[in-house]
Amino acid sequence: MSRHYEPRGIALGVETVAAWALGILWILPLIYAVWTAFHPSEYSARFSLMAPLTLENFRRAWDAAPFARYFLNSFMLVTLVLSMQLVLCTLAAYAFARYEFRGKDTVFLLVLIQLMIMPDVLLVENYRTMGKLGLLDSIPAIALPYAASAFGIFLLRQTFKSVPRELDEAARVEGAGPLTVLWRVYVPLAKPVYLAYGLVSVSYHWNNFLWPLIVTNSVTSRPVTVGLQVFSSGDQGIDWSIITAATLMTSAPLLLAFLLFQRQFVQSFMRAGIR
Amino acid sequence: MSRSAIHGWLLLLPSLALLALFTHWPIVGTVIDSFFGTPKGKRPAPFVGLENYQVMVADEVFWKSLWNNLWFALGTIPLSIILALAMALWVNSAMRGKTWLRMAFFTPTVLPMIAVANIWLFFFTPQYGLLEQFTGLFGFSGRNYLGSESTALVCMMIVAVWKEAGFFMIFYLAALQSIPPSLAEAAAIEGAPRSYYLRRIVLPLLMPTTLFVMVNAVINAFRMVDHIVVMTKGGPNNATSLLLFHIYQVGFNFWDTGYAAALTVVLLAILALVAVGQFVFLDRKVHYQ
Repeated sequence: MSRHYEPRGIALGVETVAAWALGILWILPLIYAVWTAFHPSEYSARFSLMAPLTLENFRRAWDAAPFARYFLNSFMLVTLVLSMQLVLCTLAAYAFARYEFRGKDTVFLLVLIQLMIMPDVLLVENYRTMGKLGLLDSIPAIALPYAASAFGIFLLRQTFKSVPRELDEAARVEGAGPLTVLWRVYVPLAKPVYLAYGLVSVSYHWNNFLWPLIVTNSVTSRPVTVGLQVFSSGDQGIDWSIITAATLMTSAPLLLAFLLFQRQFVQSFMRAGIR
Repeated sequence: MSRSAIHGWLLLLPSLALLALFTHWPIVGTVIDSFFGTPKGKRPAPFVGLENYQVMVADEVFWKSLWNNLWFALGTIPLSIILALAMALWVNSAMRGKTWLRMAFFTPTVLPMIAVANIWLFFFTPQYGLLEQFTGLFGFSGRNYLGSESTALVCMMIVAVWKEAGFFMIFYLAALQSIPPSLAEAAAIEGAPRSYYLRRIVLPLLMPTTLFVMVNAVINAFRMVDHIVVMTKGGPNNATSLLLFHIYQVGFNFWDTGYAAALTVVLLAILALVAVGQFVFLDRKVHYQ
Protein backbone atom coordinates (compact mmCIF):
# COMPACT_ATOMS: atom_id res chain seq x y z
CA MET A 1 0.00 0.00 0.00
CA SER A 2 1.17 3.48 -0.67
CA ARG A 3 2.65 5.46 2.18
CA HIS A 4 -0.25 7.88 1.87
CA TYR A 5 -2.58 5.45 3.50
CA GLU A 6 -0.44 3.88 6.17
CA PRO A 7 -2.35 3.70 9.47
CA ARG A 8 -1.40 6.57 11.79
CA GLY A 9 -1.74 7.62 15.41
CA ILE A 10 -4.27 5.67 17.46
CA ALA A 11 -5.26 3.54 14.47
CA LEU A 12 -1.65 2.46 14.04
CA GLY A 13 -1.44 1.47 17.72
CA VAL A 14 -4.69 -0.49 17.65
CA GLU A 15 -3.85 -2.26 14.40
CA THR A 16 -0.33 -3.14 15.51
CA VAL A 17 -1.69 -4.69 18.70
CA ALA A 18 -4.35 -6.60 16.75
CA ALA A 19 -1.83 -7.84 14.18
CA TRP A 20 0.58 -9.01 16.87
CA ALA A 21 -2.16 -10.72 18.86
CA LEU A 22 -3.25 -12.59 15.75
CA GLY A 23 0.36 -13.42 14.88
CA ILE A 24 0.95 -14.88 18.35
CA LEU A 25 -2.30 -16.85 18.13
CA TRP A 26 -1.20 -18.24 14.76
CA ILE A 27 2.27 -19.33 15.91
CA LEU A 28 1.11 -20.54 19.33
CA PRO A 29 0.48 -24.20 18.39
CA LEU A 30 4.00 -24.46 17.02
CA ILE A 31 5.58 -22.77 20.04
CA TYR A 32 3.59 -25.03 22.30
CA ALA A 33 4.76 -28.11 20.38
CA VAL A 34 8.39 -27.01 20.67
CA TRP A 35 7.98 -26.39 24.42
CA THR A 36 6.45 -29.80 25.07
CA ALA A 37 8.81 -31.73 22.83
CA PHE A 38 11.93 -30.36 24.50
CA HIS A 39 10.78 -30.79 28.11
CA PRO A 40 10.06 -33.86 30.25
CA SER A 41 6.47 -34.98 30.02
CA GLU A 42 5.47 -33.68 33.47
CA TYR A 43 5.92 -30.18 32.03
CA SER A 44 3.64 -30.72 29.01
CA ALA A 45 0.87 -28.77 30.69
CA ARG A 46 2.91 -26.86 33.28
CA PHE A 47 4.88 -23.91 32.07
CA SER A 48 7.84 -23.07 34.19
CA LEU A 49 11.01 -21.28 33.14
CA MET A 50 13.01 -23.61 35.34
CA ALA A 51 11.88 -26.74 33.47
CA PRO A 52 14.90 -28.78 32.35
CA LEU A 53 15.53 -29.21 28.61
CA THR A 54 15.74 -32.70 27.16
CA LEU A 55 16.02 -34.56 23.86
CA GLU A 56 14.68 -37.73 25.43
CA ASN A 57 11.22 -37.32 23.84
CA PHE A 58 12.71 -37.33 20.35
CA ARG A 59 14.77 -40.41 21.11
CA ARG A 60 11.75 -42.27 22.46
CA ALA A 61 9.52 -41.21 19.57
CA TRP A 62 12.17 -42.25 17.06
CA ASP A 63 12.46 -45.68 18.71
CA ALA A 64 8.71 -46.17 19.06
CA ALA A 65 8.01 -46.31 15.31
CA PRO A 66 10.07 -46.93 12.16
CA PHE A 67 10.41 -43.23 11.36
CA ALA A 68 13.62 -43.71 9.38
CA ARG A 69 11.67 -45.89 6.96
CA TYR A 70 8.75 -43.43 6.86
CA PHE A 71 11.10 -40.57 6.01
CA LEU A 72 12.71 -42.62 3.26
CA ASN A 73 9.24 -43.42 1.87
CA SER A 74 8.16 -39.78 1.92
CA PHE A 75 11.41 -38.77 0.31
CA MET A 76 10.97 -41.34 -2.48
CA LEU A 77 7.35 -40.31 -2.88
CA VAL A 78 8.01 -36.59 -3.38
CA THR A 79 10.94 -37.36 -5.68
CA LEU A 80 8.86 -39.70 -7.81
CA VAL A 81 5.84 -37.38 -8.01
CA LEU A 82 7.89 -34.30 -8.76
CA SER A 83 10.05 -35.91 -11.45
CA MET A 84 7.01 -37.35 -13.23
CA GLN A 85 5.15 -34.04 -12.94
CA LEU A 86 8.07 -32.04 -14.33
CA VAL A 87 8.47 -34.25 -17.40
CA LEU A 88 4.77 -34.75 -18.20
CA CYS A 89 3.72 -31.16 -17.53
CA THR A 90 6.60 -29.76 -19.59
CA LEU A 91 5.66 -31.86 -22.63
CA ALA A 92 1.94 -31.09 -22.36
CA ALA A 93 2.44 -27.39 -21.67
CA TYR A 94 4.67 -27.12 -24.74
CA ALA A 95 1.98 -28.70 -26.90
CA PHE A 96 -0.68 -26.33 -25.55
CA ALA A 97 1.52 -23.26 -25.87
CA ARG A 98 3.09 -23.77 -29.30
CA TYR A 99 1.15 -26.30 -31.40
CA GLU A 100 -2.03 -25.83 -33.36
CA PHE A 101 -4.35 -28.76 -33.93
CA ARG A 102 -8.03 -29.52 -33.96
CA GLY A 103 -9.59 -30.19 -30.56
CA LYS A 104 -6.83 -28.43 -28.64
CA ASP A 105 -9.23 -26.16 -26.70
CA THR A 106 -11.50 -29.06 -25.78
CA VAL A 107 -8.58 -31.10 -24.54
CA PHE A 108 -7.36 -28.13 -22.52
CA LEU A 109 -10.74 -27.85 -20.82
CA LEU A 110 -10.60 -31.56 -20.05
CA VAL A 111 -7.25 -31.00 -18.38
CA LEU A 112 -8.58 -28.10 -16.31
CA ILE A 113 -11.27 -30.34 -14.81
CA GLN A 114 -8.55 -31.66 -12.50
CA LEU A 115 -8.21 -28.23 -10.91
CA MET A 116 -11.69 -28.70 -9.43
CA ILE A 117 -11.79 -32.44 -8.96
CA MET A 118 -8.53 -33.60 -7.44
CA PRO A 119 -7.76 -37.32 -7.14
CA ASP A 120 -8.40 -36.98 -3.36
CA VAL A 121 -12.13 -36.81 -4.10
CA LEU A 122 -12.19 -39.92 -6.29
CA LEU A 123 -10.92 -42.25 -3.59
CA VAL A 124 -13.10 -45.26 -4.25
CA GLU A 125 -12.57 -45.49 -8.01
CA ASN A 126 -8.87 -44.78 -7.82
CA TYR A 127 -8.46 -47.41 -5.13
CA ARG A 128 -10.16 -49.93 -7.41
CA THR A 129 -7.91 -48.95 -10.33
CA MET A 130 -4.82 -49.41 -8.18
CA GLY A 131 -6.13 -52.84 -7.19
CA LYS A 132 -6.54 -53.81 -10.83
CA LEU A 133 -3.06 -52.56 -11.64
CA GLY A 134 -1.72 -54.64 -8.75
CA LEU A 135 -0.13 -51.55 -7.23
CA LEU A 136 -1.92 -51.35 -3.86
CA ASP A 137 0.34 -50.60 -0.91
CA SER A 138 3.20 -49.22 -2.97
CA ILE A 139 4.73 -45.79 -3.39
CA PRO A 140 3.83 -45.57 -7.11
CA ALA A 141 0.19 -46.08 -6.05
CA ILE A 142 0.37 -42.90 -3.96
CA ALA A 143 2.13 -40.98 -6.70
CA LEU A 144 0.46 -41.98 -9.99
CA PRO A 145 -2.90 -40.16 -9.66
CA TYR A 146 -1.02 -36.88 -9.21
CA ALA A 147 1.61 -37.42 -11.92
CA ALA A 148 -0.27 -35.46 -14.59
CA SER A 149 -1.01 -32.18 -12.84
CA ALA A 150 -3.45 -29.72 -14.40
CA PHE A 151 -1.97 -26.96 -12.32
CA GLY A 152 1.56 -27.69 -13.53
CA ILE A 153 0.42 -27.84 -17.16
CA PHE A 154 -1.45 -24.56 -16.75
CA LEU A 155 1.42 -22.77 -15.03
CA LEU A 156 4.05 -23.88 -17.57
CA ARG A 157 1.78 -23.17 -20.52
CA GLN A 158 1.48 -19.55 -19.36
CA THR A 159 5.25 -19.35 -19.05
CA PHE A 160 6.01 -20.96 -22.41
CA LYS A 161 3.55 -18.64 -24.14
CA SER A 162 5.60 -15.65 -23.02
CA VAL A 163 8.77 -17.00 -24.68
CA PRO A 164 9.43 -14.97 -27.87
CA ARG A 165 8.69 -17.02 -30.98
CA GLU A 166 11.86 -15.69 -32.64
CA LEU A 167 14.01 -17.73 -30.25
CA ASP A 168 12.05 -20.84 -31.17
CA GLU A 169 12.32 -20.15 -34.90
CA ALA A 170 16.02 -19.33 -34.72
CA ALA A 171 16.72 -22.66 -33.07
CA ARG A 172 14.66 -24.48 -35.71
CA VAL A 173 16.53 -22.79 -38.54
CA GLU A 174 19.68 -24.22 -36.99
CA GLY A 175 18.11 -27.63 -37.50
CA ALA A 176 16.95 -28.40 -33.93
CA GLY A 177 13.99 -30.74 -33.51
CA PRO A 178 10.97 -29.89 -31.32
CA LEU A 179 12.31 -31.67 -28.22
CA THR A 180 15.74 -30.04 -28.59
CA VAL A 181 14.08 -26.62 -28.84
CA LEU A 182 12.00 -27.39 -25.78
CA TRP A 183 15.04 -28.49 -23.78
CA ARG A 184 17.45 -25.77 -25.00
CA VAL A 185 15.14 -22.75 -25.26
CA TYR A 186 11.96 -23.12 -23.21
CA VAL A 187 13.07 -25.08 -20.14
CA PRO A 188 16.04 -22.81 -19.25
CA LEU A 189 13.85 -19.70 -19.57
CA ALA A 190 11.24 -21.17 -17.21
CA LYS A 191 13.64 -21.99 -14.37
CA PRO A 192 12.02 -19.73 -11.72
CA VAL A 193 8.62 -21.25 -12.50
CA TYR A 194 10.02 -24.76 -12.14
CA LEU A 195 11.43 -23.81 -8.74
CA ALA A 196 8.12 -22.35 -7.61
CA TYR A 197 6.16 -25.34 -8.84
CA GLY A 198 8.65 -27.70 -7.22
CA LEU A 199 8.26 -26.09 -3.80
CA VAL A 200 4.46 -26.20 -3.98
CA SER A 201 4.39 -29.78 -5.21
CA VAL A 202 6.87 -31.05 -2.61
CA SER A 203 5.02 -29.39 0.26
CA TYR A 204 1.66 -30.67 -0.98
CA HIS A 205 2.80 -34.27 -1.33
CA TRP A 206 4.89 -34.31 1.82
CA ASN A 207 1.76 -33.18 3.72
CA ASN A 208 -0.84 -35.24 1.84
CA PHE A 209 -2.67 -37.70 4.06
CA LEU A 210 -6.03 -39.18 3.10
CA TRP A 211 -5.10 -40.87 -0.18
CA PRO A 212 -1.82 -42.35 1.18
CA LEU A 213 -3.74 -43.51 4.26
CA ILE A 214 -6.15 -45.45 2.10
CA VAL A 215 -3.78 -46.90 -0.45
CA THR A 216 -0.97 -48.01 1.88
CA ASN A 217 -1.05 -50.40 4.81
CA SER A 218 2.51 -51.47 5.52
CA VAL A 219 5.63 -49.89 6.90
CA THR A 220 7.46 -50.22 3.58
CA SER A 221 5.14 -47.86 1.74
CA ARG A 222 3.67 -45.48 4.35
CA PRO A 223 4.82 -41.86 4.15
CA VAL A 224 5.55 -39.91 7.36
CA THR A 225 2.08 -38.39 7.62
CA VAL A 226 0.41 -41.79 7.71
CA GLY A 227 3.18 -43.17 9.92
CA LEU A 228 2.61 -40.38 12.40
CA GLN A 229 -1.10 -41.08 12.52
CA VAL A 230 -0.61 -44.82 13.04
CA PHE A 231 1.93 -43.98 15.74
CA SER A 232 -0.11 -41.47 17.68
CA SER A 233 -3.34 -43.43 17.59
CA GLY A 234 -1.57 -46.63 18.62
CA ASP A 235 -0.69 -47.85 22.07
CA GLN A 236 1.27 -44.74 22.96
CA GLY A 237 -1.51 -43.69 25.30
CA ILE A 238 -1.49 -39.94 25.55
CA ASP A 239 2.08 -39.06 26.26
CA TRP A 240 1.89 -35.63 24.69
CA SER A 241 5.61 -34.95 24.83
CA ILE A 242 6.36 -37.96 22.65
CA ILE A 243 3.54 -37.15 20.25
CA THR A 244 4.67 -33.53 19.85
CA ALA A 245 8.25 -34.70 19.37
CA ALA A 246 7.10 -37.05 16.61
CA THR A 247 4.91 -34.28 15.18
CA LEU A 248 7.86 -31.90 15.01
CA MET A 249 10.06 -34.55 13.39
CA THR A 250 7.42 -35.12 10.72
CA SER A 251 7.16 -31.43 9.95
CA ALA A 252 10.85 -30.66 10.38
CA PRO A 253 12.05 -30.99 6.77
CA LEU A 254 9.42 -28.60 5.43
CA LEU A 255 9.68 -26.29 8.41
CA LEU A 256 13.45 -26.01 7.95
CA ALA A 257 13.07 -25.50 4.21
CA PHE A 258 10.46 -22.84 4.92
CA LEU A 259 12.70 -20.98 7.39
CA LEU A 260 15.64 -21.10 4.96
CA PHE A 261 13.75 -20.23 1.75
CA GLN A 262 10.97 -18.13 3.26
CA ARG A 263 10.92 -15.63 0.42
CA GLN A 264 10.91 -18.25 -2.35
CA PHE A 265 8.24 -20.21 -0.53
CA VAL A 266 5.91 -17.24 -0.26
CA GLN A 267 6.52 -16.24 -3.87
CA SER A 268 5.94 -19.77 -5.10
CA PHE A 269 2.63 -19.91 -3.31
CA MET A 270 1.69 -16.59 -4.91
CA ARG A 271 1.98 -18.33 -8.27
CA ALA A 272 0.22 -21.38 -6.98
CA GLY A 273 -3.46 -20.74 -7.20
CA ILE A 274 -4.35 -24.38 -7.14
CA ARG A 275 -1.95 -27.09 -6.17
CA MET B 1 -3.12 -34.99 -40.04
CA SER B 2 -0.22 -32.59 -40.35
CA ARG B 3 3.13 -33.41 -38.87
CA SER B 4 2.83 -30.62 -36.35
CA ALA B 5 -0.55 -31.92 -35.17
CA ILE B 6 0.93 -35.39 -34.68
CA HIS B 7 3.78 -33.92 -32.65
CA GLY B 8 1.26 -31.97 -30.55
CA TRP B 9 -0.77 -35.05 -29.74
CA LEU B 10 2.32 -37.08 -28.97
CA LEU B 11 3.46 -34.45 -26.46
CA LEU B 12 0.05 -34.53 -24.79
CA LEU B 13 -0.33 -38.29 -24.80
CA PRO B 14 1.36 -39.23 -21.49
CA SER B 15 -0.50 -36.58 -19.49
CA LEU B 16 -3.82 -37.30 -21.16
CA ALA B 17 -3.50 -41.03 -20.54
CA LEU B 18 -2.90 -40.49 -16.82
CA LEU B 19 -5.63 -37.85 -16.52
CA ALA B 20 -8.05 -40.17 -18.28
CA LEU B 21 -7.12 -43.04 -15.99
CA PHE B 22 -7.19 -41.17 -12.67
CA THR B 23 -9.57 -38.27 -13.23
CA HIS B 24 -11.91 -38.61 -16.22
CA TRP B 25 -12.64 -42.31 -16.05
CA PRO B 26 -13.13 -42.27 -12.25
CA ILE B 27 -15.68 -39.47 -12.66
CA VAL B 28 -17.65 -41.49 -15.22
CA GLY B 29 -17.05 -44.71 -13.32
CA THR B 30 -18.38 -43.18 -10.09
CA VAL B 31 -21.64 -42.24 -11.77
CA ILE B 32 -22.00 -45.74 -13.30
CA ASP B 33 -21.07 -47.51 -10.05
CA SER B 34 -23.62 -45.50 -8.13
CA PHE B 35 -26.30 -47.59 -9.91
CA PHE B 36 -24.70 -50.85 -8.84
CA GLY B 37 -24.45 -52.69 -5.55
CA THR B 38 -21.23 -53.75 -3.91
CA PRO B 39 -19.45 -56.86 -5.24
CA LYS B 40 -19.15 -59.58 -2.60
CA GLY B 41 -16.48 -62.24 -2.93
CA LYS B 42 -16.66 -63.62 -6.48
CA ARG B 43 -20.18 -62.32 -7.10
CA PRO B 44 -20.02 -59.26 -9.36
CA ALA B 45 -21.86 -56.08 -8.41
CA PRO B 46 -25.57 -56.35 -9.26
CA PHE B 47 -27.45 -53.55 -10.98
CA VAL B 48 -29.65 -51.89 -8.37
CA GLY B 49 -30.90 -48.83 -10.22
CA LEU B 50 -31.62 -45.97 -7.87
CA GLU B 51 -31.46 -48.06 -4.72
CA ASN B 52 -28.23 -46.43 -3.51
CA TYR B 53 -29.87 -43.05 -3.86
CA GLN B 54 -32.93 -44.25 -1.95
CA VAL B 55 -30.61 -45.45 0.80
CA MET B 56 -28.96 -42.05 0.73
CA VAL B 57 -32.21 -40.17 1.16
CA ALA B 58 -32.95 -42.32 4.22
CA ASP B 59 -29.39 -42.12 5.57
CA GLU B 60 -29.36 -39.74 8.51
CA VAL B 61 -25.56 -39.68 8.62
CA PHE B 62 -25.50 -38.50 5.01
CA TRP B 63 -27.85 -35.60 5.72
CA LYS B 64 -25.96 -34.75 8.86
CA SER B 65 -22.63 -34.81 6.97
CA LEU B 66 -24.06 -32.65 4.21
CA TRP B 67 -25.44 -30.09 6.68
CA ASN B 68 -22.23 -30.18 8.70
CA ASN B 69 -20.29 -29.57 5.51
CA LEU B 70 -22.48 -26.63 4.52
CA TRP B 71 -22.08 -25.11 8.00
CA PHE B 72 -18.38 -25.86 7.85
CA ALA B 73 -18.16 -23.98 4.52
CA LEU B 74 -20.30 -21.10 5.75
CA GLY B 75 -18.33 -20.83 8.97
CA THR B 76 -14.83 -21.09 7.57
CA ILE B 77 -14.91 -19.35 4.19
CA PRO B 78 -15.95 -15.79 5.13
CA LEU B 79 -13.86 -15.78 8.29
CA SER B 80 -10.69 -17.03 6.63
CA ILE B 81 -11.11 -14.56 3.75
CA ILE B 82 -11.61 -11.59 6.08
CA LEU B 83 -8.65 -12.62 8.23
CA ALA B 84 -6.53 -13.20 5.11
CA LEU B 85 -7.32 -9.69 3.87
CA ALA B 86 -6.49 -8.12 7.25
CA MET B 87 -3.25 -10.11 7.41
CA ALA B 88 -2.26 -9.05 3.91
CA LEU B 89 -2.98 -5.36 4.64
CA TRP B 90 -0.89 -5.51 7.82
CA VAL B 91 1.98 -7.41 6.29
CA ASN B 92 2.01 -5.05 3.33
CA SER B 93 2.16 -1.92 5.50
CA ALA B 94 5.16 -0.40 7.25
CA MET B 95 4.12 -1.97 10.54
CA ARG B 96 6.73 -3.04 13.07
CA GLY B 97 7.71 -6.70 12.79
CA LYS B 98 5.91 -7.34 9.52
CA THR B 99 8.49 -9.92 8.44
CA TRP B 100 7.88 -11.83 11.65
CA LEU B 101 4.12 -11.50 11.19
CA ARG B 102 4.25 -12.80 7.64
CA MET B 103 6.13 -15.84 8.84
CA ALA B 104 3.73 -16.43 11.73
CA PHE B 105 0.66 -16.18 9.49
CA PHE B 106 2.06 -18.39 6.75
CA THR B 107 3.66 -21.16 8.83
CA PRO B 108 0.44 -23.21 9.31
CA THR B 109 0.22 -23.53 5.51
CA VAL B 110 3.49 -25.46 5.21
CA LEU B 111 2.87 -27.76 8.17
CA PRO B 112 1.12 -31.11 7.56
CA MET B 113 -2.50 -30.85 8.72
CA ILE B 114 -2.19 -34.30 10.20
CA ALA B 115 0.71 -33.17 12.39
CA VAL B 116 -0.79 -29.95 13.68
CA ALA B 117 -4.10 -31.70 14.32
CA ASN B 118 -2.26 -33.66 17.01
CA ILE B 119 -1.28 -30.41 18.69
CA TRP B 120 -4.77 -28.92 18.43
CA LEU B 121 -6.13 -32.12 19.89
CA PHE B 122 -4.18 -31.36 23.03
CA PHE B 123 -5.48 -27.78 23.15
CA PHE B 124 -9.03 -29.03 23.30
CA THR B 125 -8.35 -31.92 25.68
CA PRO B 126 -10.51 -31.81 28.81
CA GLN B 127 -8.96 -31.31 32.25
CA TYR B 128 -5.44 -30.28 31.38
CA GLY B 129 -5.73 -29.04 27.76
CA LEU B 130 -4.45 -25.55 27.10
CA LEU B 131 -7.86 -24.04 26.39
CA GLU B 132 -9.27 -25.32 29.63
CA GLN B 133 -6.32 -24.05 31.63
CA PHE B 134 -6.79 -20.66 30.02
CA THR B 135 -10.54 -20.44 30.65
CA GLY B 136 -9.87 -21.81 34.15
CA LEU B 137 -7.89 -18.66 34.90
CA PHE B 138 -11.11 -16.70 34.53
CA GLY B 139 -13.04 -19.10 36.70
CA PHE B 140 -14.96 -20.86 33.93
CA SER B 141 -15.57 -24.51 34.57
CA GLY B 142 -14.08 -27.00 32.15
CA ARG B 143 -15.91 -28.68 29.34
CA ASN B 144 -15.13 -31.32 26.78
CA TYR B 145 -14.99 -29.22 23.62
CA LEU B 146 -14.42 -32.13 21.22
CA GLY B 147 -16.70 -34.51 23.07
CA SER B 148 -19.74 -32.29 23.02
CA GLU B 149 -22.01 -32.16 19.98
CA SER B 150 -22.58 -28.42 20.25
CA THR B 151 -18.91 -27.38 20.16
CA ALA B 152 -17.03 -30.11 18.23
CA LEU B 153 -17.76 -28.78 14.74
CA VAL B 154 -16.82 -25.25 15.80
CA CYS B 155 -13.47 -26.59 17.00
CA MET B 156 -12.92 -28.19 13.58
CA MET B 157 -13.73 -24.87 11.91
CA ILE B 158 -11.22 -23.02 14.09
CA VAL B 159 -8.47 -25.42 13.03
CA ALA B 160 -9.45 -25.05 9.36
CA VAL B 161 -9.46 -21.23 9.51
CA TRP B 162 -6.11 -21.25 11.26
CA LYS B 163 -4.69 -23.50 8.54
CA GLU B 164 -6.12 -21.61 5.56
CA ALA B 165 -6.07 -17.88 6.32
CA GLY B 166 -2.31 -17.57 5.86
CA PHE B 167 -2.49 -19.35 2.52
CA PHE B 168 -5.13 -16.93 1.21
CA MET B 169 -3.16 -13.99 2.64
CA ILE B 170 -0.47 -14.68 0.06
CA PHE B 171 -2.86 -14.08 -2.85
CA TYR B 172 -4.12 -10.84 -1.34
CA LEU B 173 -0.53 -9.77 -0.74
CA ALA B 174 0.30 -10.36 -4.40
CA ALA B 175 -2.80 -8.43 -5.48
CA LEU B 176 -2.08 -5.52 -3.12
CA GLN B 177 1.43 -5.18 -4.46
CA SER B 178 0.13 -4.91 -7.99
CA ILE B 179 -2.08 -1.89 -7.22
CA PRO B 180 -0.32 1.13 -8.75
CA PRO B 181 0.78 3.67 -6.08
CA SER B 182 -0.50 6.51 -8.29
CA LEU B 183 -4.08 5.59 -7.25
CA ALA B 184 -3.29 6.26 -3.61
CA GLU B 185 -1.55 9.48 -4.52
CA ALA B 186 -4.53 10.66 -6.52
CA ALA B 187 -6.92 9.74 -3.71
CA ALA B 188 -4.70 11.52 -1.19
CA ILE B 189 -4.67 14.69 -3.29
CA GLU B 190 -8.46 14.57 -3.36
CA GLY B 191 -8.32 14.34 0.43
CA ALA B 192 -10.08 10.96 0.66
CA PRO B 193 -9.81 9.43 4.14
CA ARG B 194 -8.21 6.01 4.62
CA SER B 195 -11.48 4.17 5.14
CA TYR B 196 -12.79 5.60 1.85
CA TYR B 197 -9.63 4.63 0.01
CA LEU B 198 -9.79 1.07 1.35
CA ARG B 199 -13.50 0.66 0.66
CA ARG B 200 -13.80 2.34 -2.70
CA ILE B 201 -10.43 1.67 -4.33
CA VAL B 202 -8.62 -1.25 -2.72
CA LEU B 203 -11.58 -3.58 -2.18
CA PRO B 204 -12.99 -3.30 -5.72
CA LEU B 205 -9.52 -3.86 -7.17
CA LEU B 206 -9.19 -6.98 -5.02
CA MET B 207 -12.49 -8.41 -6.25
CA PRO B 208 -10.98 -10.85 -8.81
CA THR B 209 -8.64 -12.15 -6.10
CA THR B 210 -11.55 -12.54 -3.68
CA LEU B 211 -13.51 -14.59 -6.22
CA PHE B 212 -10.47 -16.70 -6.96
CA VAL B 213 -9.78 -17.29 -3.27
CA MET B 214 -13.45 -18.07 -2.69
CA VAL B 215 -13.47 -20.81 -5.34
CA ASN B 216 -10.43 -22.37 -3.69
CA ALA B 217 -11.96 -22.02 -0.26
CA VAL B 218 -15.14 -23.82 -1.37
CA ILE B 219 -13.17 -26.67 -2.95
CA ASN B 220 -11.08 -26.97 0.22
CA ALA B 221 -14.13 -26.90 2.48
CA PHE B 222 -15.37 -30.04 0.75
CA ARG B 223 -11.99 -31.71 0.58
CA MET B 224 -10.29 -31.02 3.89
CA VAL B 225 -10.83 -33.91 6.30
CA ASP B 226 -7.35 -34.74 7.63
CA HIS B 227 -8.03 -33.09 10.98
CA ILE B 228 -11.38 -34.87 11.31
CA VAL B 229 -9.67 -38.25 10.95
CA VAL B 230 -7.22 -37.39 13.73
CA MET B 231 -9.27 -35.30 16.11
CA THR B 232 -12.84 -36.62 16.18
CA LYS B 233 -13.32 -39.43 13.63
CA GLY B 234 -16.59 -37.74 12.76
CA GLY B 235 -17.95 -37.88 16.29
CA PRO B 236 -19.48 -37.30 18.73
CA ASN B 237 -22.64 -38.74 17.24
CA ASN B 238 -21.54 -37.65 13.71
CA ALA B 239 -21.44 -34.00 14.78
CA THR B 240 -18.20 -33.46 12.84
CA SER B 241 -18.73 -35.87 9.96
CA LEU B 242 -18.17 -34.07 6.65
CA LEU B 243 -19.17 -35.37 3.23
CA LEU B 244 -15.74 -36.67 2.19
CA PHE B 245 -15.27 -38.20 5.63
CA HIS B 246 -18.57 -40.05 5.30
CA ILE B 247 -17.50 -41.30 1.86
CA TYR B 248 -14.22 -42.49 3.36
CA GLN B 249 -16.04 -44.33 6.15
CA VAL B 250 -18.63 -45.94 3.89
CA GLY B 251 -16.05 -46.89 1.28
CA PHE B 252 -13.14 -48.02 3.43
CA ASN B 253 -14.54 -48.93 6.83
CA PHE B 254 -17.81 -50.55 5.73
CA TRP B 255 -16.51 -51.46 2.22
CA ASP B 256 -19.86 -50.50 0.68
CA THR B 257 -18.36 -49.22 -2.57
CA GLY B 258 -21.65 -48.90 -4.45
CA TYR B 259 -23.12 -46.59 -1.86
CA ALA B 260 -19.81 -44.71 -1.53
CA ALA B 261 -20.00 -44.07 -5.29
CA ALA B 262 -23.49 -42.57 -4.92
CA LEU B 263 -22.22 -40.32 -2.13
CA THR B 264 -19.27 -39.28 -4.29
CA VAL B 265 -21.71 -38.28 -7.05
CA VAL B 266 -23.19 -35.71 -4.62
CA LEU B 267 -19.73 -34.34 -3.89
CA LEU B 268 -18.93 -34.19 -7.61
CA ALA B 269 -22.20 -32.35 -8.22
CA ILE B 270 -21.26 -29.75 -5.62
CA LEU B 271 -17.81 -29.27 -7.17
CA ALA B 272 -19.38 -29.02 -10.64
CA LEU B 273 -21.66 -26.31 -9.29
CA VAL B 274 -18.60 -24.42 -8.07
CA ALA B 275 -17.03 -24.82 -11.50
CA VAL B 276 -20.12 -23.45 -13.24
CA GLY B 277 -20.24 -20.59 -10.74
CA GLN B 278 -16.64 -19.77 -11.47
CA PHE B 279 -17.30 -19.92 -15.19
CA VAL B 280 -20.20 -17.48 -14.86
CA PHE B 281 -18.65 -15.06 -12.37
CA LEU B 282 -15.00 -14.99 -13.24
CA ASP B 283 -13.76 -13.43 -16.41
CA ARG B 284 -12.35 -16.49 -18.13
CA LYS B 285 -9.77 -14.44 -19.96
CA VAL B 286 -8.07 -13.37 -16.75
CA HIS B 287 -7.37 -16.87 -15.60
CA TYR B 288 -7.29 -19.19 -18.56
CA GLN B 289 -5.68 -17.27 -21.38
